[in-house]
Parts: sequence; C-alpha cells; structure tokens
Amino acid sequence: MTSSAPRVEARTLTRELPGPVPVTLVRDIDLVVEPGEFVAVTGPSGSGKSSLLYLLGLLDAPTGGSVLIQGEETSGLSPDQWAAIRLARIGFVFQFHFLLPEFSCLANVEIPIRRLGRLSTAQARERAAMLLDSMELADHAGKLPEQLSGGQRQRVAIARALANDPPLILADEPTGNLDTRTAHMVFDLFGKLAREQGRSIVVVTHDSDLAQLADRRIHLVDGRIVP
Amino acid sequence: MALALDIALRHLLHRRRQTLVSLLGVSLGVAFFIGISSMMQGFQRDFVARIIDVQPHIIVKDEVRTAPRQPVETAYPDGAVALRGLKPREEVRGIRGARNMLAGLEETPGVHVAPALSGNLLLRYGGKDLSVNVTGIDPPRERKVTHIEKDLLSGTLDALYTTSNGIILGEGVAAKAGIRSGDLISAVSPTGVLLKMKVVGIFRSNITLMDNFEVYVLLKKAQVLANRPNVINRINIRLDDVEDASPLAARIERQYGYRSEPWQEQSRNVLGIFVIQNVIMYSSVSAILIVACFGIFNVISTVVFEKTRDIGILKSMGFRDKDIRHVFLLEGLIVGLLGTVIGWAMGWGLIEFMASLKFDMEGFIKSQGLILYRTPRHYALSAAMAILSSTLAAWVPARRASKLNPVDIVRGAG
Repeated sequence: MTSSAPRVEARTLTRELPGPVPVTLVRDIDLVVEPGEFVAVTGPSGSGKSSLLYLLGLLDAPTGGSVLIQGEETSGLSPDQWAAIRLARIGFVFQFHFLLPEFSCLANVEIPIRRLGRLSTAQARERAAMLLDSMELADHAGKLPEQLSGGQRQRVAIARALANDPPLILADEPTGNLDTRTAHMVFDLFGKLAREQGRSIVVVTHDSDLAQLADRRIHLVDGRIVP
Repeated sequence: MALALDIALRHLLHRRRQTLVSLLGVSLGVAFFIGISSMMQGFQRDFVARIIDVQPHIIVKDEVRTAPRQPVETAYPDGAVALRGLKPREEVRGIRGARNMLAGLEETPGVHVAPALSGNLLLRYGGKDLSVNVTGIDPPRERKVTHIEKDLLSGTLDALYTTSNGIILGEGVAAKAGIRSGDLISAVSPTGVLLKMKVVGIFRSNITLMDNFEVYVLLKKAQVLANRPNVINRINIRLDDVEDASPLAARIERQYGYRSEPWQEQSRNVLGIFVIQNVIMYSSVSAILIVACFGIFNVISTVVFEKTRDIGILKSMGFRDKDIRHVFLLEGLIVGLLGTVIGWAMGWGLIEFMASLKFDMEGFIKSQGLILYRTPRHYALSAAMAILSSTLAAWVPARRASKLNPVDIVRGAG
C-alpha cells in the first residue's frame, strides 16, 4: 500500500456473463479514485458503465481482477462481509430514488443508520434530520416520498447514501429522471461532497455536459476505458 | 431486529385487506382446532370415565384366546396326512375351579371380584319379543364391582332376593316393550326354560348398548335359566387403581388360562373409533390451517413481488441476505402470532357457545348437550401449529426475496 491509501481501486477488473456465448461487460479496467475526487464515467449505453459501478460498489462480483476499498482487498470476502462494507463505507444513488414508499423521508434516511446500529435511536434521528437539513429538505422530513418532487426525492436518496458517512459515493445515472436545472444542482452537490467533505465520488452518466462538472472523466466503450 | 420488524409491519399494513384475510384464516384454524378438540376430547374422556365407572375393569371369561389343539393334532404333530372335517371335542363351558380363583383373587389387595353367569334370554311382554343379554349376579359382591346399584332408577339390588324371580332391566329394554317396574314378564332361555319374572328395578347407565340390551337376575336364577347349576362363566373385577387393569389381566390369563379382558379391550371397538375420530379431526383442522397458510404464502409472495425494488435498495445499502429473510419471516410470524391470539379468543367463545347448547344426544353414550373438555394444552398446541405453519408458509417467499440479486433490480429499473 502507498502511504496515501486510495479510496477505491480497480485492478484489471473484468466481468463476463457466462453462457454459450460469453458476454464481456467490463474488461481489464484499472482505475484509482482518490479521496476528494469526483469522477464521471461516460459512454454509450451498453458500454459497461453501470457494470463497472456495481463492481466498484461490491454489488456484483468480478470474474477477473479485484477491487480494493480503502486499501482493503475485497475478493475472497463473503457476501455478508461485502454487505458490511457497503453498509459502512459505500453510499449508492440510483436513477430511481428507490425510497421505501411506506416510510417518511426522515425514516428512509434513518434506515442505514439503524441497520449499522452504531448510533442510538435518538442520535440516528438527529443525524438523519441533519442530513435532510443539509439537503435543504428539513421541512419535508415527515412527508412520504410520494409527496415530494423528483428532485427532492433524489436529494433524500443522496441524504440516505450519506447516512453512515461513507468515504465512497457511487451514483448510477442519478439525474436520468430530472430536468436539466435540477440535474445541475445534483451534480454541484456531488462536487461539493467531494471537495468539502473529501469523499470519493463516481457518477455514471450519459450526459457529457454534466460530466464536464466532474474533476475527471472516464470514457468507456465496449467495457474498456478509452482515452 | 427492530428495523426488520418496522419494515415487516409497514409491509403488512400496506396490504391491509390481504393481511386481514390471512389473519382471519389463521384465527379460524386456531379457533376450530380449540373448539373441535374440546368437543372430541370432552366426549372421549367422558366415555372412558363412564365405562371405567360402570363396567368391570377386568372381565375373566370362560374362553381361551386360541382354540385348543385337538388330541389328534397333539399326537401326530408331524403327520403327513392332512385331517379334514375333524370334530372338535366338546368342552364343558364355564370357568372350572372358579371358587379357588375367586378366593385367590380376593386376597389380592385393591381387587374386588364378583362371579357372574351371562347368557341370552328372550323376554316376552305384551306380544313383543326382546332378545337381551342376561347376567346372573351375586348382589353383595356385584355392588363392589359395578355401579349397577347406583344406576338404578327404581328398585334396589336387594329386591332380587326379596322377590322370587326378580329381574332388573335396562331403561332401553323396558322402554322398547313398555315394561314398568312391578310388571310380570315371560323369560325364555335358549335351553328352553320358561320363567315368569317380576321387574324389580330399572337402571340407566347412559351407555346406550348396556341400557338397551342388558338385564340382571340373581346368579342362582341365571344358572336355572341356563340349566347349569353352580356354574359361572365370568368373573368381574374392579380395581382401586384402573391403571393396573392391563398388567393384572395379563397375569390372570397367564395363571389360569382364561381370557381376561381389561376395560381397554372390552371397549376396543369404541376406543378404535376414537383413534379414527382423532385422525379425522386433526386432518380437517390441519386442512383449515393449510388453507390459511396459502393465504399467508400469497400475501407475502405478493409483498415480495411488489417490494422487489425495496429489496434491491436494502441490499445495496448493506442488508445481508438473512436480514432480508428476517423481514419476510417476521411478516409470517406476525400473522401467525396475531392470528393465534385472535383465534384463542374465538375458540374460547366457540367453546362457551357450544357449552350453552342444550339438547338430548344419544350415541355411544347419552347426554344433554355437548360434553366439553377445557385444557390449556389445546391452546398451546393450536398456537404451536399456527405459528409453525405460518412461519413455514413465509419461508418460501422469504428465501426467494433474500436470493434476489440487487444488480438485476437496480439495472432493470434503470
């Protein structure tokens, strides 16, 4: 390990779908994302952007190569150990907000905190409220997700991704369902999270304008990084 | 776990109507289980209590269990010639050495014995013929062995002594021919002896078979009717401890060779019916619970299907497979538990309702209304079955939910 242990590192990462004709989603990707870095992954649809993100987020297992989270080798760990890493160190944001519809916004943000169990119920509530407040959603804390606009919901989802203060945020087309103005706002937010809070942020997007807001852009074609 | 419970409860509340239906299914299963078990066991226990009360605990008969070998078979055990149409030796009926046997048994502590001669009799009254079983008894000893005296509606056992040719009839026998106490009836025995007998008593044991077919006379009278002086063909035994019946019967049979039937064997037919009854009861009650389980399976499967996205995000958030499984197992458990509690209340109500019904019932036994047996065991058993089966019903969808691949879900949605 180098002294400045990278937040997330992919080494010759490969993912193939088995079958009579194997399909390669991602091939030999080498990637390092430093703390405080905001990386955008772009590419045409089917280029393997999302697949790369799921591999980095330990949602999917690579068929070759490995992923290191904060210097920790993750291949060979059990699914439960992966889940533990996801819980404490990775926050996901998807195209759809995926908020639990029966829970209030506040309760949705509380879920990962309660699952991790490091904070008391009162502390969890306080932290969730603080996160919503930082997303300027304090007034909507008690509302159900369906009572919010798309942009608001996505911000609740981002608050939820930040719930356990993870060093790594992974977002898969987070602005796919948002209008341009809101999309810019969300990207600005990611930039702020990287610069001000030192988190590593990887965002998959097909929108090259938005990608310009990131510190670094990676372009994928057919599962490979192209310059 | 509190979080899993939170999610589970919200899922169930979200599908309120379906949850209520499956809840009702479990409740009904539990309620019927409690109600029907109480009814069945009440009846069965009452029956057993009554036969233990009324009938002798052991009856020694003048029979042997296996047909005796004929002399020719004993003489030529390996004979190459098959014998057919062999005429068996006529055995003299009756218990031989009965006096010694009675004396021997009477010495055993906790054992009361009474000799008897039983046979068939034809009663004739007012143009009606009734075929009955007649038992000749020795009243002082009989009252220690059976409860015939307690069951007398009219008359006394001692009236058999004070009236010449006295006879005691079962209530059903008397009713069939319209005979009343004090009436004179003709009795014809299979040996052709005809006696005019006077009814000195009528009994009701509430065991239908006895009331409809049994009559009692003095032992001496029975011997006259059977034309077998000084012969007895049964020894009735009553025990202080009913549980001794089987071992003692086996010992008597070993010692004296005569067939000795403990009360379980005498009532084997009925006890056998009880077994079948219980099988039918438990299978029909289980069927209700199984149907209820399909309801649970259905509601949880629907929730799993509907909540696929939630499951995906929960997993991506760091919920392990077993955390997801717990959520859905909890849903089954909640339905099972709530259903049990509601079912208990319903079952209790059902029993109280059945207890309030009053009607005349005549089966193996007579009673007014249903005989119910109340025991916490039925509540515990029904709860165990309901909770176990609802958890099992939840297991399949819970497992499927836990195996869902989050990548498929988040990718599919995107």
